[in-house]
Order: sequence, then structure tokens, then C-alpha cells
Amino acid sequence: MSLERFISDAISPWMKREGPESDIVLSSRVRLARNIHQYVFPIAADKESAHEVISAISTCMVEDNEEAEKLEMLMMEELKPVQKRVLVEKHLISPNLAEQAKYGAVLMNADESVSIMVNEEDHIRIQCLAPGFQLEEVLHRANEIDDSIEKNVDYAFDEKRGYLTSCPTNVGTGLRASVMMHLPALVLSKKMSRIIPAINQLGLAVRGIYGEGTEAQGNIFQISNQMTLGKSEEDIMEDLAGVVMQVIQQERAARKQLQDGLKLQLEDKLFRSLGTLENCRIIQSKEAAKCLSDVRLGIDLEILPGISKTILNELMILTQPGFLQQYAGEVLTPEERDIRRATLIRERIKLENR
Amino acid sequence: MNCEECHEREASLHFTKIINGEKTEFHICEHCAKEKGEFLPGSNSFSIHQLLSGLLHGDGHVPNTPSSNFIPPSLTCEKCGMSYYQFAKIGRFGCENCYKAFDSKLNPIFKRVHGGNTLHAGKIPLRAGSSIQEKKQLQQLKQALQQYILNEEFEKAAETRDVIREIEHRLQQGRDT
Repeated sequence: MSLERFISDAISPWMKREGPESDIVLSSRVRLARNIHQYVFPIAADKESAHEVISAISTCMVEDNEEAEKLEMLMMEELKPVQKRVLVEKHLISPNLAEQAKYGAVLMNADESVSIMVNEEDHIRIQCLAPGFQLEEVLHRANEIDDSIEKNVDYAFDEKRGYLTSCPTNVGTGLRASVMMHLPALVLSKKMSRIIPAINQLGLAVRGIYGEGTEAQGNIFQISNQMTLGKSEEDIMEDLAGVVMQVIQQERAARKQLQDGLKLQLEDKLFRSLGTLENCRIIQSKEAAKCLSDVRLGIDLEILPGISKTILNELMILTQPGFLQQYAGEVLTPEERDIRRATLIRERIKLENR
Repeated sequence: MNCEECHEREASLHFTKIINGEKTEFHICEHCAKEKGEFLPGSNSFSIHQLLSGLLHGDGHVPNTPSSNFIPPSLTCEKCGMSYYQFAKIGRFGCENCYKAFDSKLNPIFKRVHGGNTLHAGKIPLRAGSSIQEKKQLQQLKQALQQYILNEEFEKAAETRDVIREIEHRLQQGRDT
């Protein structure tokens, strides 16, 4: 398969669109956790009960739902480990669904901006994604899907506690909203370590690119709400959006400061990173992420001309282990992955320079 | 701030544990956090459930000796069979009925996790929640009615009173069927 074809198949169509504030915000995501009344949660479910849940959801979302767009359903037990890994790397399913869920499934729409996980930690996890800073839009979309499921199934809901979820950290609204932000200037100017505790104090979480327990690779941070109970969905979103807006302004100010005060040093750093990516023969994911972040900053600051902005989003995903193995068509050792990663990056940049 | 484990790297994970009013803070770096467990994206040792289990138990372990917050073994969910011990250990409910079974224990947990909140203030499911929606609407209308009476807006008060009666009648019918 040609690299161009592989990339176009590999990258979710929604990622190819440009969104608001896309120089800093890569994507916005909303997830609603729901459970079906009368069925025990996945953690306590046997095969029969789990399959009943899958069939209830597929009936109302795939078979009987003419008004909704077409969704494709994948059963976890029918996928190879590398296929599951690719779905995780694309943020379409959680690591938990790929690795832990006994009877999991996922439903996705054509442009992969909607994915509904079934039998993850909760029966239903509706996830909507959009490029750039579009929290309101993704919440609206998730709510529509939520209402359409609820026409056919009774949810586990309590007047006092709201939507009942398996984990106490999701009870109430079941809403987790997050934005993926690229914050190289705040990291470079050592401001990020002060900003993270401040964001935490406002009841928001800051995490790495693949969610809970992952580090911020390539200066990409995920900011999300922590509280789900006691506030309305709109208030939760407003609080998050307010903080994100402030972080955007801080990042822009830090970028300007770097350009004003350390222009030559900055250019040197960014061009060197581009040089590394154009010429490397072996590269580990951490170094690749660092260089890609630099190149992306160079594109945003118009220091590195002639490279498209989507390159960072693309290569951040394409250079993950699952994708490298899918591209290679075989299982690779970490050392082989480092070689393949370097080749893929070089080829991708060559496409740019044509 | 340096990591409290290795004393070398910058601490990037900050946890605060408050047990019986006693606050303990610890700060560690990503590297040391990962060393405590196998690292896979999103599944390292510092998962929300382990943190939560620590919150539920103070030290994350079930006490062997009865203490002031001893939980009787009888505190078990009838529907899924999960005991409160198990819930506290894994930090997850087994089914919706666990919320009823462990209700007496939940407020302090929710307060800790959700910034002092214990009651839902968000979306209500359309189909299952019509009576809940109406109860909420009723509360709001009764408050409005009081306000109209105070402001001597008697025409609006009369209209609101009729709407209240209508809703109360509907809710009563629902209870009778």
C-alpha cells in the first residue's frame, strides 16, 4: 500500500477538517457514560447479560434507527490485538475496552467523529469528537445520540444521583469533556508546571495524550472536567471552556515572548528538529513527538514554510506502535519500530516537499 | 518542586489525601509513578480506581480490626452480590442497586470526589424522567407563585396556581395508575 493511501485510510476523516483555534487546540471531545436499567454493570456481568446489552444497543442504533446516520459495529472479541491498538491510538476506543473488557463492542460513524463504546466500564459510552475548540458542538451531538438511544432503552437513573455509573467519579451527568491542546511555548518557558496545579485547583484534570496515567508526549495536554455531580452539563462545559480560553491566551503570549526575545534560538531549535525528522534513520517515539511538536510550532509561527498543519496530528498517530505495525503488516520489536518510525516520518515529509 | 520518590525530577503528579480532616499531600514525577506499575497508555498504577480505593479506605486496605467506621459484612447489594468491602477495594459499583444498598455510606465519598456535591443538577432522561421533570417544574412554579404574591401580581399568581394544580393532578393520576 502506498504511504498516501495508508495515511488517508489511517487518519479519521473528522481530523482532516480545520476547527476554531486550531493553532493550539487540536480537538474537542465529549463522553457521556450511561447504563441500562435492570442490567448489572459490565464489571459484574456474565456473557449472556453482556450480549443482551450489545443487542439492545445495536437494535436501536443500527437496525431500527433510520433517522440516525449509519453506524458500523465492531466486536472486540473478533479483532486482532493490533487492530484494537490502532483504534486506541485513533482515540476511538479506550485502552480499557481494548485490553480489559470481556464482551466489548464499539459503534462508529463513517467519519469516525462518533464512537459508542459498549460494555466498557459502563454499558454505554457515547463519544463525540471534533477538530479544534468546539465543545458546545460536540456536547450537542452527544446529547442528540443520547436522546435517540433513550427512546428505546430505560437508563439507570436516580432523581437524587443522576445517571448511575459504575465508577463514583462519573455519577450525575456522566459527562467528561476534554480538549487536546498543543502547548510548546508554555513548556519551553517552564510555565506549564505552574499552570497545571492552578488548573487542578479549579477542579479540572490535566493529562497526557492518551488520557489517564499517560505523559504529555510532544507537548500535547488533555484538559478535562473532574466533577460530574452537582453541576449542570452547561455549567461544566462553561467552566472548562473558560479555562481553556485562558490557557490559549497564555500559550499565545508565551509564543510571542519567545519570538520577540529568542527568535534566533527558537529558529535554530525548530529547524534542527525538522532536520532530525528529514534525516533520521532510527527514532524513538519520545524524540519523534518532541521534534514533531517543534515542527508544528514552526508551522504555526510561520517559521517553517511549506508544510501542512495536519502533519503533527497525523504523524503523532501514525508513529504509534499499533499503526507502525499495521503499516508494516507484521508484529515489530521496539527496535524495529524505531527504524520504521524514522522511515515513515522521512517519507511523509518528502510528500510535503513535492 | 522535586519528586518525593527520586528527589531528582520535577514532580508533575500532585495528590492530596484528606482522611478524618487530616490532609496529606504527595508529589511525584511521571517516571516514578510509572515505575510503580506496568506502563501501558492509560493503564498505569495511578489509576483513578486505585486513588479512589485509597480515598475510601485511607490506606487502600480493608482494616482487619473493627474500628469506629467498621462496616458490617451484611452491607451487600442484593442484586449483584457486591459487598461494600469489594466496592471500597475496586472503587466501582456492580449495578444500579448498589447505590441504594450503600446509600448510607455514599455522601462522604461523593463529597470528596465531586467538590462537596451529592445531588444531581443536570440532564434528566426524557422518557423515564417526565415525572421528575414535572416535580422540578412544580418546585420552580411554587417559588414563582410566592414571588408573585409578594409583588402583588395577582393575575400572574392566579395563572401560575392553575398550572400548579394541573401538574399536581397529572402527577396524582400517574401515581394512581
